[in-house]
Amino acid sequence: VTVKSDSWIGASVERLEDPPLVTGRGRFAGDLSFPHQLHMRVVRSPHAHGRIKHIDAAAARGLPGVTAVWTAADIADLPPIDFREGPNAKLAPFRQPVLATDRVRYVGEPVAAVFADDPYVAEDAAELVTIAVEELDPIIDASAPPGEFAPGQSTEPTVCRQGYGDVATAFKEAAAVVELDLAVGRHSGVPLETRGAIGHYDAARDVLELHGAAKVPHRNRESLARMLGRSTAGLHLHEHHVGGGFGIRGEIYPEDVLVLVAALRLKRPIKWLEDRREHLMAANHSRQQRHRIRAAVDAHGRLLGIDNEFFHDQGAYIRTHGTRVADMASGILPGPYRLPHYRANGHFRLTNKTPAATYRSPGRYETNFVRERLMDAVARKLGLSRVEVRRRNLIGAREMPYERPLVALGDEVVFDSGDYAGLLDKALARVGWDALEREVARRRGAGEYVGLGLAVYVEKSGLGPTDGARVVVHTGGDVELITGGASVGQGFETVMAQVCAETLGVDYRRVRVVHGQTDRIEHGIGAHAARATVMTANATAVAAANVRAKALDMAAQLLQADPASLTIAKGSVVRRDDAGASVSLGEVAHHLRPASPTRGARDPGLAADGWFTTAHMTYPYGVQIAVAAIDAGTGAVRIEKMLIAFDIGRAINPMLVQGQLVGGAAQGLGGALFEEFQYNERGQPVSVTLADYLIPTAHDVPVIDVLITEDAPSTCNPLGIKGAGEGGVAAVGAVIASAVDDALGGTGEIARLPITPQTLKAIIDGRRR
Amino acid sequence: MTERRAITLTINGKDYPVTVEPRRTLVDAIRDDCGQTGTHIGCEHGVCGACTVLIDGEPVRACLMFAVQADGRSIRTVEGLQQGDALHPMQEAFMRHHALQCGFCTPGFLMLAVGALEKRPDLDDEELLDLLSANLCRCTGYQNIVKAVRAAAAEMKARA
Repeated sequence: VTVKSDSWIGASVERLEDPPLVTGRGRFAGDLSFPHQLHMRVVRSPHAHGRIKHIDAAAARGLPGVTAVWTAADIADLPPIDFREGPNAKLAPFRQPVLATDRVRYVGEPVAAVFADDPYVAEDAAELVTIAVEELDPIIDASAPPGEFAPGQSTEPTVCRQGYGDVATAFKEAAAVVELDLAVGRHSGVPLETRGAIGHYDAARDVLELHGAAKVPHRNRESLARMLGRSTAGLHLHEHHVGGGFGIRGEIYPEDVLVLVAALRLKRPIKWLEDRREHLMAANHSRQQRHRIRAAVDAHGRLLGIDNEFFHDQGAYIRTHGTRVADMASGILPGPYRLPHYRANGHFRLTNKTPAATYRSPGRYETNFVRERLMDAVARKLGLSRVEVRRRNLIGAREMPYERPLVALGDEVVFDSGDYAGLLDKALARVGWDALEREVARRRGAGEYVGLGLAVYVEKSGLGPTDGARVVVHTGGDVELITGGASVGQGFETVMAQVCAETLGVDYRRVRVVHGQTDRIEHGIGAHAARATVMTANATAVAAANVRAKALDMAAQLLQADPASLTIAKGSVVRRDDAGASVSLGEVAHHLRPASPTRGARDPGLAADGWFTTAHMTYPYGVQIAVAAIDAGTGAVRIEKMLIAFDIGRAINPMLVQGQLVGGAAQGLGGALFEEFQYNERGQPVSVTLADYLIPTAHDVPVIDVLITEDAPSTCNPLGIKGAGEGGVAAVGAVIASAVDDALGGTGEIARLPITPQTLKAIIDGRRR
Repeated sequence: MTERRAITLTINGKDYPVTVEPRRTLVDAIRDDCGQTGTHIGCEHGVCGACTVLIDGEPVRACLMFAVQADGRSIRTVEGLQQGDALHPMQEAFMRHHALQCGFCTPGFLMLAVGALEKRPDLDDEELLDLLSANLCRCTGYQNIVKAVRAAAAEMKARA
């Protein structure tokens, strides 16, 4: 890729991250070891629900090479795992203990921890630990009446309510009412690297370190410090290479706490690596919800009101996110449409399954499916086309910024900018919708099960409020950009380097990006809620601009020139008219050393901090279109064509944006067609290998066409950026359901994700009988 | 405890004499006994292919083999692809086509593709897709992996 000199924003440059990763020199959690480390193995509950009667660890303790076996009694001083946003009295009773105390509540719950010299020995010892449990009936269905979590506590800790207007009147005045019962199955991120955590206590410095951190190291440091009663000054989290995040990695899990406490108490480094079976029943699940939704519409198909009663299957405990996914679902459900009256009651229910939290596009993957199914149903009810019913309801470009009296992630929903109808037109034109619709109808007439699907959606990104960064130019001319961001594989380093390079006037390859190290910068927001590029890049631009100003000021003295006549190109301060002498940034940094006689009254160092604060999140938006064909013999679905049109405001690196959108879409496809954590009636998980939990392969993912537009830059930040991380996955369940339903003749029979071959075969066979 | 056995693993042309339990998997021996951590462990049940290495030229899942079974055989891992400072065309193509994000599955895909193309340089698109469906990637959606492997196949043929 050729790049105009020093113009890095908008360039599809190769990634800075790649060289170690393609040569086998990466450093993932499993690649990191400390001398004399112990290996931890977690003993997990084989029962979905029961009272612990007795745990016998004597045989395990007696195995040569075993240093310790802990149960809850050994760490009775530790509090349960806390919420990221701090204490919450109402939800507190439902937190997960680090090791199960008197009850086990899901298969896979940590009950004991073995520490041994060798990981094979640790695993041998774990198998010798026996757990006697008096089994209790498990709760499997979150939409069934609540049960008892503990005496006096229901399995419905709270109902997440949002809404505005007068829903009852809307239904009274409606020309038509549409009612659906929709469900999304249990999915999760399932990164290719399982979790790993290494606890290391450096007594010489009195610093406790957690290696293998991800996603939100700074926030997790605060939570862990609270739990351990330690100063944040003596607790540091270190992120190395991370083999995929997707929202589920980097939360505080029991194992993170265990390795830290054991490192302190056993006085040896503690290494823990999860195996895949553990991962599939111990790392956060997500998505599972059932929505009973009703829409009131006028005679023209315009929405008057939505009334939604939904059931959020939280699993066994409330983990670090509290109720955020259910809250988000309520806040974001109306999407890109005008909606005068709205009510959502989200029943937040505990069941005896793996605890749930966020997975890429949490609350939106689910509700985009629900809302777009509803729009298809409205079209069907009123005899309108699916495109027309959406057009009639889309919020107009002139209505921006559009305030909606709802809350998502604690932030009032204000769509900052967007031309939804404009993007819909572009997407329809790109695929040739009308011709495609005729062609699909012709093929259906000829007996094929083939259909066309459409979904329109608004994403959210860039959760604030504030992020900072520090830019340091070394005397050799290299630039260090120190951030509190995190890299989970998305290309964070490259994108931050591009923004820094563009602002400062250097080659992006001269910028080293620091992330995920709590000992390098005091604050950080990590990588979640599609906020890294929005927040950290804008803070980076501010810091780089501050450094630039300082460099120009110093260089003006050295070059005997007016600062306004100077600029920075290719790492050197030069005159704008290109005449005369120049001075490299490294030399400028040299002149700004503390002992430099030329520094004058300036503060030492060619370095500066930069902060960026935003009032609200920023809302990218998209349109997805798909053509799906069902094999009538097997019920298998093949995606013949797929388009993602997404307005990102401003793309820093279009190649990486495309990578995010396509990669996300593949995950969305998994959730739409293949992936589901299933449980039997005793609460036993039956999807605990990658042969049962089916993530898409190269054969399953079609060539996905991507249209990236920059029609509506964000008005929330100077760079105009909106987030890219979750826009690909967000509406895939919606669009695939729409296409598959259309393939069946648009009957509305597709009401559940994933859409399995068994379901489709049953429908088709039923019609043939 | 089970009796340990002395074996020699030959990785990228270098001999590693190691003493292992018979139950020790090849991938654990490559990583922990020989220090070659470029080969990754993704599932330990032979589905994801992250641990793919070449044994006597054939792609093999190193989690499904015991180290003792590889005694005396020639093992190639991702660390052996690069020749001096020159990256293998497959490595270059993966970078150029943005065929990796987190990079965890990448060594497995590199070895799978290199192993197959060295034996059969003329794999057509459908055969390549079949081949690449053997391994899992959770980040990229595969599109760019397929592109990169196609480009590298052409480059490998041109250099051969």
